[in-house]
Order: sequence, then C-alpha cells, then structure tokens
Amino acid sequence: MKIGIPKDGRFGDFGGKYIPETLAPAIEELERNYLKIRNDKNFKKELGRLLIDYAGRPTPIYFARNLTKTVGGAKIYLKREDLLHGGAHKINNTLGQALLAKRMGKKRIIAETGAGQHGVATAMACASLGLKAEIYMGYVDTVRQKQNVFRMELLGAKVHAVKSGSKTLKDAINEAMRDWITNVDSTYYLLGSAVGPHPYPLMVRDFQAVIGVEIKKQMKKIPNAVIACVGGGSNAIGTFYPLIDTNAKIIGIEAGGKGVKTKLHSAPLTAGKKGVLHGMMTYLMQDKDGQISQTHSISAGLDYPGVGPEHAYLKDENRVEYKAVTDDEVIDAFLILTRTEGIIPALESAHAIAHAIKISKKMKKTESIVVTLSGRGDKDIDIVKEYLSKNVKNKRKI
Amino acid sequence: MSKIKEKFKQLKSKKESALISYIMAGYPSEKATLSAVRGLIQGGTDIIELGFPFSDPIADGPTIQMASTESLNSGTKINNFFSIVKKIRKESDIPLVLMTYTNILYNQTYEKFILRAKQAGIDGLILPDMAIEESKEYVKAAKKVGMDTIFLVSPNTEKDRLKQIIKSTSGFLYMVAVFGTTGVQTKIHKYTIDALKNTKNAAKGKIPVGVGFGISTDKDVQKYVSSGADAVIVGSANIKIIENTPAGKIQTRIATFTKKLKNKTR
Repeated sequence: MKIGIPKDGRFGDFGGKYIPETLAPAIEELERNYLKIRNDKNFKKELGRLLIDYAGRPTPIYFARNLTKTVGGAKIYLKREDLLHGGAHKINNTLGQALLAKRMGKKRIIAETGAGQHGVATAMACASLGLKAEIYMGYVDTVRQKQNVFRMELLGAKVHAVKSGSKTLKDAINEAMRDWITNVDSTYYLLGSAVGPHPYPLMVRDFQAVIGVEIKKQMKKIPNAVIACVGGGSNAIGTFYPLIDTNAKIIGIEAGGKGVKTKLHSAPLTAGKKGVLHGMMTYLMQDKDGQISQTHSISAGLDYPGVGPEHAYLKDENRVEYKAVTDDEVIDAFLILTRTEGIIPALESAHAIAHAIKISKKMKKTESIVVTLSGRGDKDIDIVKEYLSKNVKNKRKI
Repeated sequence: MSKIKEKFKQLKSKKESALISYIMAGYPSEKATLSAVRGLIQGGTDIIELGFPFSDPIADGPTIQMASTESLNSGTKINNFFSIVKKIRKESDIPLVLMTYTNILYNQTYEKFILRAKQAGIDGLILPDMAIEESKEYVKAAKKVGMDTIFLVSPNTEKDRLKQIIKSTSGFLYMVAVFGTTGVQTKIHKYTIDALKNTKNAAKGKIPVGVGFGISTDKDVQKYVSSGADAVIVGSANIKIIENTPAGKIQTRIATFTKKLKNKTR
C-alpha cells in the first residue's frame, strides 16, 4: 500500500500531470532533477543541516498532560511543528525545494499561499538562500491574514493579491500557474502543499515526511492513533507516510466549515467527487457540471476545494480515515488547548485537536494519540476575536 | 472524413489558410453568442471554436477569464451549451470545435460527454490541460464516435514529444504562439516562427498546423500565414469586441472584423 515513487505519477487512480503543454518540459526537468537529488548524499546533508540550524528541527513531542486530564481518556501528545522557524511545518518543504531550485540554477521563485504560512516560509528560505520570491495570495486571504502579507514583504518577497475567481487559495494557485506558463524558463514554482502535477505531491511528501519519521523515533511505542489536519494535506501526508506500515489508526481532518451537509465547507474527501484540477486527479468539491465550488473554512489554510492525490488514494484504500470538524468545534478546541496548555494553535491545526478531543474520550487511558500541531495561532487571533464577538455560545467558554 | 478535415482539404485546393474564430458560449448571453456566430459566418470564418466556461481556466489570460466568469454568472450550464450548438446547427454546417477544460468532460465521463457533444453537432475538442500522458481514455472515447482531438503544442515542445502528440491529434494541431496565457501577446517573436517551421516539419503535411494565443490583428494573421501556418486562431480579440459592443450591433461588428482577418488568409 505504501507507494515510494508513484509510477507515471499516479497514486492508484489519483495524481498524474494534467498540465498545459508549455509546462511539460519544465515538469520533466523538475522530475529529472528531483529524482536525482532525492538520494544525493550531499543534498541530504545540506538540507539536514539547514533543518537543524535554521529551521529548528527536530521539533519536540509534547505530552499534553493538562489537555489529557481535562478531556479524560487516551494520552494526547502534540508534535510541535508550531515551534519551527516561521511558526509552521511549511519551512520543511520550502527549504528542500528552494535548495533544489538553486541547484537547478533558477533564480526567480514563485509560490502560492493561503493563510500566508507557506508564503512566509518561502520568503524565508529564499532570503536565506539568496533567491528572489514572488508570492500569489487570494485577495480575501490578504485581508484576513494581513499580518502575514507584511511579514512576507519584510522578508523581501513581492506579494500579488489575486482578485480572480473566489479570491482564495485555489485562485492563487491558478495565477501562480499562469505566471509559470509565462516565465517557464527562468522561474521555479515552489508549491506549498502535496497537490499539483507530479512530481509535486511526491516531493512535498518526501520533504514533510521528517515529521512522521521523528514521531516514530520520539514515541516509545507506535501510538494508537495519529491525527493531522488536511487542506491540500502536506503536514498530514508528512505525518502519515512513515506510519502507513504500522498498526496506528490514522485520521485526517478536513475543514467542515458550517457543516458538510451545507455547501459551506472545504471537505472534498468527505463530501467531494473525483475530478481534475491544478494538474492532478483527486477528490474535488464541484457542482453537477464539473465547475469547482466555492469553499468555506474559518482557516484560510484549509480553504481549498481539492486535496493531495496520495490522500485520495489512502482514502480509497481505506488506510486512512478522513473526517471533518466544524468551525464551531475548531474554535472550542482552539480555546481549550490555549487555556489548558498555554499553546495557541493555528486554526488549521485546531481541526486536528478538535477530533483528538472527540475520540480520546472513547479510548483507554493507557492508549496514546499523536496530533500534529502544524502551526502556531498568532496569525489567527483577529479571526478568533471576531468569531467570539459574534458567537456568544463559544464566548461563554472563556 | 471529419468536417474539419474536409474544410482543410477544400482550403488547400484554393491555396488558403483557415481562419479559426473563438468565442465564449454564453458571454454575455446566449443571444449574444448566436449573434456573434452569425457575424463570424458572415465574415467568412472557416471554423468556429466555442468555449465552454470553466471556473478555473489556468491557460487563459484576463480577457477569456473575464468572459468565463461572466458566462458562468449569467447561468451557463452544459445543457445551455448544447442547446446553443443545436441552434447553430440549424443554421449552418460550419465545423464547430469545443474548447474547455478536462474536468468538465471527466465529470460526466469522457465517453458520455463526447457522445453528447457529437450528437449536438460538435466536430472537435480542445482541452488545454489534457496532457498527452493522461489522454489515452479520452482519445479512445473520441475515436469511437469520430470526434477530432485537437492537442496543443508549445514552442518548447521537444521533438519526440511532438511526434507523440501528432499521433494522437486529429483535425488540426494547435500550436501555442507564446510562452503565456491566451490574449496577451504584443509582438510576434522569432522563436514562434521557428517553432512553427519545426512543427510543420514534424507534421509532414499529414495534419494541418494552426497557430493561436495573442493573435489579434490582420497583420498578425498575414505574418503567420506567410510563415506557413495552415490556420490562425483568433480569440480574445473577438471577446473584446463583444465586450464593447451593444447587443444589437455584435453581428455586424464581428462580421466586419472577421472579414478583415479572413482576407489575409487568402
């Protein structure tokens, strides 16, 4: 079931490379170069060094004693990706790809970003490696994550606010792809999630797999359950991949928004249909004609109508269980973790926390759950504040 | 013989290149689309390429993106599209090509969608995000009903790949003139003319080569035709005319513009 290098870029039915012809040589060049450095000792050494000295790896596994006690049930451990440089797991991938881009002789880097974390991590990696970065971000996201826009600019990146379509992450990807088509020779597209045409889903998973590899080392025994949030699914695939061959129960949490029965969510694995978008075949939120639906999530980073093809595959293989939690449940989890542990999680990561709280109650005290805390929540405090001012039910809990 | 193939054969005997005109179905309304089609036919275009809007048109520049969004906002569904096609078929026999994105077909299954398109009167398909590697099932479904599969090639497409694409292509081969999206070119690059020559050589006269993306004036048309293009494809320029013309005058203005372009293919 575990797929190393996917044949023809396919994870079962999913993945592939559905791309405009102009990008074909660039994708081919990327694939060739990536497969070459994938096992290159010098590359691994250089990246390993950067991950330790620059990004702050390894990240700790933290036993959330107070949260566990409050919830009552299985022991909850947090994989602290929020402690990385930049405040999220994104830097694992941007350092890897920026280093690759540099080796390929590309000087101009473009990237998309949703919440801004990937944009910030790209800007950081580029600043440190001497590359020029331009970031596409949906206009809606530039408003709701304005702090990250300024962070990127401070780091020397140029931010383009995308005003087409739904003005969120999917449109930022569209615009980045259009830029790449136009500047295909000089430009490296540094995709931030485990999505897009092959070899991106493979490459991003490989660079993020350090999360799961460390979890395996740090836990005395394989945890009973592992949980991560899934938008495109990079922190989740990085967490899951090294654990696929174990007997851990693996759960991915999608953004249920206002509920998966409403149209206001971002849960293609829970409520989507197979289709083709952004160069890949995967599960998508779409209407009867195949038009991509508008999505909703309280977290900009999960507000995406598609999902990485390897997740689609793991769902169909029944190896990973995919569930959705609602915005309300996310805010509750955000508040509980903040209060009990003094850790402010990103709203994305709070999705995984919310599900851990749900299932730990039903598990034995001797059992363990590892939750990947993919990022810290400083970027989200304005959103939470506004939400609380409108939702009295949650507010009573503070 | 497919309608498209037949058209190229006729043109060849007259030593003409084809003018292929693109418009977006349902932009800004079904009525406007039908007026524009009448204008194109009146102006003497050889093949009409009808766009069906997709929510995420990654190969398109601002003009066609805008037309896609407007068309979707005005309520264009697949059913409306096929009803437009059927209406055109009542008035004309002109070869009709559908341009849209892969997900629109995949959503209904290639086989069902292509059959339905064929029955409505579509002669060929263009999917800018359908890479040759992923096209087996699509080409098979198209062949089954005699639908032409028009693939795109780019100035940076390598020789072996070009050969492979030509093998799966029927109707004509669509050469993208520029590195970029639709509708944004300002001048004709030398690399495009070189690529056109290479592509023509690879096609060996077995399949006509059309050039598109960023072609908007009669001078552009003349330049590509004199450089050996079997067809030139004009899209965004038509959309701009439709955008800036009151509904009642669309037919005449499109006809005048098309006539001017068509003259340069002779």
